[in-house]
Amino acid sequence: MFFTITLYISLAIFGLGLIYKVSTWFRYTVGVDARDVPPPQRVLAFVKGLTLTLFSPRILTLLKVFVLDVLLQIKVLQQDFLKWAMHMCMYYGFTLLLLMHGLDKIVTSALFPNYYPTVNPFLFLRNLFGILIIVGIGIAIYRRFILRVARLRTSPMDVYAIIILAIIMISGFLLEGTKITSYSKFQDMVEEYTIQADEEELRTLEAYWVAKYGVVSPEVKAPFDAETLEAGQEAHEMSCVECHSRPQWGFTGYTLAKITKPAALLLDRANASSILWYIHFLACFIGLAYLPFSKMFHIFTTPLSLLANSVMEKGRSDPANIATRQLLELDACMHCGTCSVQCRVGVVFEAMHNANILPSEKIPSVKALVAGKKLNGEEIRNIQEGLHLCTNCFRCTVVCPAGINLQELWFNVRETLLEKGEPEFLVLSPLSLYRGLMKESLELNYYPDPINLALETIYPTGIPLEMQDRTAPLVPSANGWSSTLHTSVQAKTFSQCFSCVTCTNACPVVRNYPNPIEFVGMLPHQIMHAAGMGLWDLIFSSKMLWDCLGCYQCQEHCPQSVRVADVLYELKNMAITQARKKLVKQIER
Amino acid sequence: MNFVLLRCCTTPIVLKQYEWSTNAVMEKLGIGLLDVPELGCCGYPLRNISFKAHVLATARNLALSEKENLDLLTVCNCCYGTMKYVDNLMKEDASIRNDVNTTLAKEGLRYEGDIKARHILQVLYEDIGIEAIKEKVVQTFDGLKIATHYGCRILRPSKVAQFDKPYSPSKFDELVEVTGAKSIDWSTKLECCGSPLWGINNELSLDLTENKLRDAKQSGADYLCVACSYCQIQFDIVQKILLSQRGIGAKLPSILYPQLLGLSLGIDGKTLGLAENQVSISEIEWFLLHKQAS
Repeated sequence: MFFTITLYISLAIFGLGLIYKVSTWFRYTVGVDARDVPPPQRVLAFVKGLTLTLFSPRILTLLKVFVLDVLLQIKVLQQDFLKWAMHMCMYYGFTLLLLMHGLDKIVTSALFPNYYPTVNPFLFLRNLFGILIIVGIGIAIYRRFILRVARLRTSPMDVYAIIILAIIMISGFLLEGTKITSYSKFQDMVEEYTIQADEEELRTLEAYWVAKYGVVSPEVKAPFDAETLEAGQEAHEMSCVECHSRPQWGFTGYTLAKITKPAALLLDRANASSILWYIHFLACFIGLAYLPFSKMFHIFTTPLSLLANSVMEKGRSDPANIATRQLLELDACMHCGTCSVQCRVGVVFEAMHNANILPSEKIPSVKALVAGKKLNGEEIRNIQEGLHLCTNCFRCTVVCPAGINLQELWFNVRETLLEKGEPEFLVLSPLSLYRGLMKESLELNYYPDPINLALETIYPTGIPLEMQDRTAPLVPSANGWSSTLHTSVQAKTFSQCFSCVTCTNACPVVRNYPNPIEFVGMLPHQIMHAAGMGLWDLIFSSKMLWDCLGCYQCQEHCPQSVRVADVLYELKNMAITQARKKLVKQIER
Repeated sequence: MNFVLLRCCTTPIVLKQYEWSTNAVMEKLGIGLLDVPELGCCGYPLRNISFKAHVLATARNLALSEKENLDLLTVCNCCYGTMKYVDNLMKEDASIRNDVNTTLAKEGLRYEGDIKARHILQVLYEDIGIEAIKEKVVQTFDGLKIATHYGCRILRPSKVAQFDKPYSPSKFDELVEVTGAKSIDWSTKLECCGSPLWGINNELSLDLTENKLRDAKQSGADYLCVACSYCQIQFDIVQKILLSQRGIGAKLPSILYPQLLGLSLGIDGKTLGLAENQVSISEIEWFLLHKQAS
């Protein structure tokens, strides 16, 4: 009764969770694409796309991907054998165990009318599949907690999944072990199946089971003479053998039975097997109910992502379907961390300590964003920075074993975030090259806004940009910057500047304008001079910093060996640091 | 002769032809290229934002290459300049070196400074040499006028770059002329291509590019020739945008040096990815003289 009720409750939660999750794929929007398409139209577009694909030659692509990437997981094998071995153990162990053992009344009994969980091959296979999962869990723990691959991060989600799976497996094996030794189980079976046997027969049967089947009896103890065993075997063959293979075939449970043998009577009296049974099925049901909300959901979504990505392409597929696919992809990520380990800028995390830099950690943030979670300015800026700190090299997309088009996702979300109006300073770095190249194809009408916003945030208040006719305050702003600049070898050189203007004359940016001060604020030699005097606010208000190419003409030409370009680079860093501090202060207020 | 090849982040997607042509040319010249999959961003685009991040990214690549006990080869000026800069910095500033190595130790890496950062032009000129390349040339260009674009970071700052004379370089010109083409004089030869500002200040970036293209064209060039990913993106993909936006008729296609040299070495245009260039360079094969019967 309790079993049935909990089963149906967990099934109901699972079903509702599934419906809820799938509905988000059509209800939510990610990024700038297809955000005006209402959900019903998204569903229609999906049905249309699916039908057209299934009745086209692309069905062959789907089949190929299903075999190679879903069943054999070639992509994972090519990257990392250990990871592939881990996943194959878990994937096949779990699937086969679920079908043969978990759903035995539905699947196995239908296929094999003589099915008993206690006869071979089922007894042996159950143990084999189980041990595969245990090996898989073992490798998973080894990889995440002992091997400690750089930047492979473990989230609570990963731990929950391992814990639930481990409880199911360990309780299952212990249950099998205690059932083997259990005297009360033996007695129950005797009562049920040996109706016509007399007392002597039962005594020899018990002796036989103690000797051969691992039962621990309070009544009879080994050793037994050959005669007793022979008689016992006869009784055994009469009543038991049809449904019971030797327990040694259930090698894991049998090993545990041997280990727990000294405590077997105690365990039996404490009704351990029934407690373990409760733990076992409740853990299964909790796992089932939690599945749509856990990383285990990827057993459905990852194959779907692999299949969808094999037949879809930006520009060719319906944008509504691309949007739906991108939401499915968010659920298809199983947080394996391959992208973060291989990310070309992953190492930057060690310098900037924003987890959103790592691709695998961007996914939960993007999920929170699309679900409409309320985020404060700092949280948005962190996600934004992570999304922008990307060279668009596509490596994450190429290596993702779930086939998620990560790069496309980042670009898409990046653009929606920029519209939220939080400043992003990375738009002032060469990482913007890709955005510039994509500008034409995306028709971004707000294209310059984020650049201007970043500049406005950096410019100190109170210092006008067009200041040629005004008097700038000649008092160093007392914010302790000079000490920062002096720490680096190169920056010390600015004090050698005697304002000969050679750097400015060599600068191709300055030469590009008839009246450069109008466009760039301060000229390179003025900036060096201002740095010498500690006039930081003046420097930070100059657009020249952000129009500097880093072409090193100034530095090469300087007769005083001032590392002009190197100093300009360092001033850019300082300008951004002070802007960030300003933003944090605003929040505190 | 073997090198670890640092593939620039931009090449796998927008400049595949740079990878293909480099592989083909280096193979032809007997240079072995080793791919180390862990190599990452060279650090260049990070410098505006975080000095520390940029140094760390560069040092990590150098350390990975040092682990293989091979010099680190790049096909990009910005990668080259950044690597030389960080290599220098780590040698002259012990505190930075220690900081970086402490962080790198987390993934079992360490940079001692025993290897060199190398640029493809440097390897071709210094390690293989003009004469050796000449011996392998099987067909030469006739009447082809090339505006050789050095790019910034291979020349400047000269104390760090250590490739050629910063005001009157000639090595790249010599390499171009090995193919039979003429490397012309043009006044903006040593100026920046404008790429560093693409995406940040597009108008200014286009101004600088347009200025160079016009100058090269007026000086009689048929093609630009570059050996840097960013310069090529600017002179190829961005030039296409420039042509459509500003409507200047002064189209001047840009060829990557390994493509130019590759043709001379008898490698076919398909292997060199000539068709991948956005501003078409396919007509350059017309300039090829006396193809040798094989």
